[in-house]
Amino acid sequence: MTAVRQTVLEIADLTVARGEHFQLRVPHLEARSGETLAILGPNGAGKSTLLEVLALLRLPDQGKVSFLGAPVRGHRQRLQFRRRISLAMQDPFLLSGCVIDNVALPLKLRGGNREEARQHARFWLERFGIPHLSERQAHSLSGGEARRASLARALVSDPALLLLDEPFSALDPPSRDGLLRDFQHALTPHTAVILVTHDRSVALSLAQQVAVLAAGRVQQVGSTEEVFRQPACETVAELVGLETILSGPVTACEYGLCRVEVSPGVGVEASGESVPGDYVTLCVHPEEVTIERQSDPSRTTARNVFDARIRSITPHGPGRRVEMECPFPLVALVTRRSAELLALKPGEVVSASFKASAVHVFPSRHAHD
Amino acid sequence: MRMKLLSLFRPTQGRACQILSRPGAFLLTGAFFLAAAILPGRSLAADTSRPVVFAVGTSTYDTELLDLLLPDFEAETGTLVKVVAIGSGQALAMAERGEADLVLSHAPEAEKAFMARGLGSGRWRMMTNDFVVVGPSSDPARVQHAQSAREVFQRIERSEALFISRGDESGTHMLEKRLWRLTEHPPPPAARYIETGQGQGMTLRIASEKGAYALADRATFLIQVQVIDLEVLYEGDPILRNVYHLIISSPENGPRVNEEGARQLARYLLSPRVLGVLEEFGRTRFGRPLFVPDAEPFNMDAH
Amino acid sequence: MQLILEAIREAGSRLLSPDSDLLSATWRTLQVSGTATFISLLLGVPSGVALALYRFPGRIFIVALINTGMGLPPVVVGLFVMLLLWRSGPFGALELLYTPSAMVIAQTLIALPVVAGLSLAALQSLPARLRLQLQALGASTLQTAWLLSREARLPLLAALMAGFGAVISEVGASLMVGGNLRGSTRVLTTAVVLEASKGNFASGIALGLVLLVLAYAINDVLTRLQQRGRERKS
Repeated sequence: MTAVRQTVLEIADLTVARGEHFQLRVPHLEARSGETLAILGPNGAGKSTLLEVLALLRLPDQGKVSFLGAPVRGHRQRLQFRRRISLAMQDPFLLSGCVIDNVALPLKLRGGNREEARQHARFWLERFGIPHLSERQAHSLSGGEARRASLARALVSDPALLLLDEPFSALDPPSRDGLLRDFQHALTPHTAVILVTHDRSVALSLAQQVAVLAAGRVQQVGSTEEVFRQPACETVAELVGLETILSGPVTACEYGLCRVEVSPGVGVEASGESVPGDYVTLCVHPEEVTIERQSDPSRTTARNVFDARIRSITPHGPGRRVEMECPFPLVALVTRRSAELLALKPGEVVSASFKASAVHVFPSRHAHD
Repeated sequence: MRMKLLSLFRPTQGRACQILSRPGAFLLTGAFFLAAAILPGRSLAADTSRPVVFAVGTSTYDTELLDLLLPDFEAETGTLVKVVAIGSGQALAMAERGEADLVLSHAPEAEKAFMARGLGSGRWRMMTNDFVVVGPSSDPARVQHAQSAREVFQRIERSEALFISRGDESGTHMLEKRLWRLTEHPPPPAARYIETGQGQGMTLRIASEKGAYALADRATFLIQVQVIDLEVLYEGDPILRNVYHLIISSPENGPRVNEEGARQLARYLLSPRVLGVLEEFGRTRFGRPLFVPDAEPFNMDAH
Repeated sequence: MQLILEAIREAGSRLLSPDSDLLSATWRTLQVSGTATFISLLLGVPSGVALALYRFPGRIFIVALINTGMGLPPVVVGLFVMLLLWRSGPFGALELLYTPSAMVIAQTLIALPVVAGLSLAALQSLPARLRLQLQALGASTLQTAWLLSREARLPLLAALMAGFGAVISEVGASLMVGGNLRGSTRVLTTAVVLEASKGNFASGIALGLVLLVLAYAINDVLTRLQQRGRERKS
């Protein structure tokens, strides 16, 4: 049973100037019901400006914005459309007064009956697990509770489009995971979600589609899998967390396998088509790097095996992040358990390996460096 | 929509939900003040003729004489009197612009000029008292021994003593300037001649603080005598006679001059009843009356 | 020293058995300053809010004008209002000079820039993105302005206090346009001026004490409201 995905918001050929030096350009972006689109970008990428356009609070200088198939133009009509949109941000921005009045606010703004609004609000407070807080002063809530109330408030009006601006960030991991879970359960199939974030892990866990925004330009749009697996350029690669980014000339290429000289005398093999002599950038997914005490050629099919000196080991989520030098910098993510089994220590030399298919190649932007 | 919003924030069940701002209560309070400010004006305006603007020298005003006389007039005629305390010169200027209807002034020369220019439709003497020269008891300029007011001012001018002037074109100030002219010398240099620009009471207090000489009307001096350290050092020259006149502003002076009200008030102030009050005014507090009633009979046709 | 003690003693006895003059000046002070504050609130808060939230041509000019007005000496306002209300002035026909209404007009002009300027500052002290949040929850222009004002009500209360404080303590304009008429336009401050000029320091001190107590009582109530709101907030 798959719901028909309807286009809720669509923007095309959009240009918005902000100040004298910044211009946001988005050729095309589409939010569909039942789908979450993450807009991933660093600070200063233009996310806030884009958010205002998406919330129909700012008209683009050029381009087209359409909401549920109708072009967005006048002021009056915009309020009609705006009332089918909702927003939750990192700062919950609860108003003074009690929690239930805060959650009921969007309905009252739409002229709703007070008692009905409170009933709906109560329902959403239950869905977010905080019905016991309904009569509390909003400003007395903890960070996590306030975030829940803010999400309940965003959903109470049953929006066609829900905008999220980092509502899950800056929370401790257990409450964040709990909130993500509750939020996903609360979503209805006819709501389109646009999530603006710089946190790739939230994008990974929520979004089906990802658009990467940097310096006012959309760098890549695609399914989450596609963007995270095959970043279109170095900027995207950095943003999706591919820390091992190398570049060099292609020295050989045949049968869908290229060899790239990433430092003098050191070659990395990567799957993909290229032309020898081309200058390319390649990146290695840290999860796909295997570390062993000693290399055992008979046990591995990896094309790339290097002796690597461990530079540092740091906790990273549930696992460990291992930075090595082989001699190019390489980052691996291993489980805590395997790090302990291997008794990894900084300064030691281990064998690091990864498959050619774990390497992603794209034309380098530093061709002449 | 506004009402809906208001109801939004009304306090709900539970103390915790009480919301501080109650626009309803606030508006009600404000409306109460508004009504309170408007209503008395209206009730007064309803049963009265137009108010009379009565410009009075500050020295007369400070005696509280008018506080004693006017309530009866207002009650009997229903005409509101707006008393403006201001120097005599400025009072005449107000009348000339048509801003004042009746003036109580004690600057005879300026008044005569005013009448000569046809700016007043009537002028009557009402009462008199006298001016005195006051100063510190040490009397550094030795004015106590002077034979005339002219000599007093000559002595002050020649000495090292300080003189405090009203400097506000009041009746007192005009007389003072006339006395300096009589000495055939300019007033003392700025270092010894201070203009206050304030009322007679304040001027006397400044003179007291600085141990300086000053010219004052007797009434104000008596009122202030308790709080100042000055003595009457010279009195009695006929030039120091202080005569108060009532002047009705001419209707030609402005479109809204209330000549009728001014005439009513003047007639009242010159009536035997008021003059009887004047004879006693101040006797209990100062041991002598502040003014001597000396009224010309009110007769509009005579002027 | 003797004089001061005596004056204070006499002031005390005058306060214990207040006469009609004292009561009428007190009541008139509350009435005139209360009305002026109320009117400047009705006009000043919406204009402060509008100036904080919207960009329009001439906005900077108006803000600069308000900032200037906040420091305007009351006597200058008094002079200006007097020129307008003179019998020969543009509003002479209303015969408002030397009435409480004239004082309300002058005091409103004194309080208005204070209230508008501080309201503007109050709204600007809110987080910038709060407005985005409210609009994105479906608030119309008016609803947004209302909700933001409500969030800023503590600093708005401070604006009210400052406006009231400016007019209740003001004397120059009241004297000029009110004329200090006994029982009509005599307020506490102008009565103090008069009593002092008459040398009745005891009465002056008594009136001054009433003024002080009045100003304190009103600010006490407002401060309590404000601080209670603050405690709730934290």
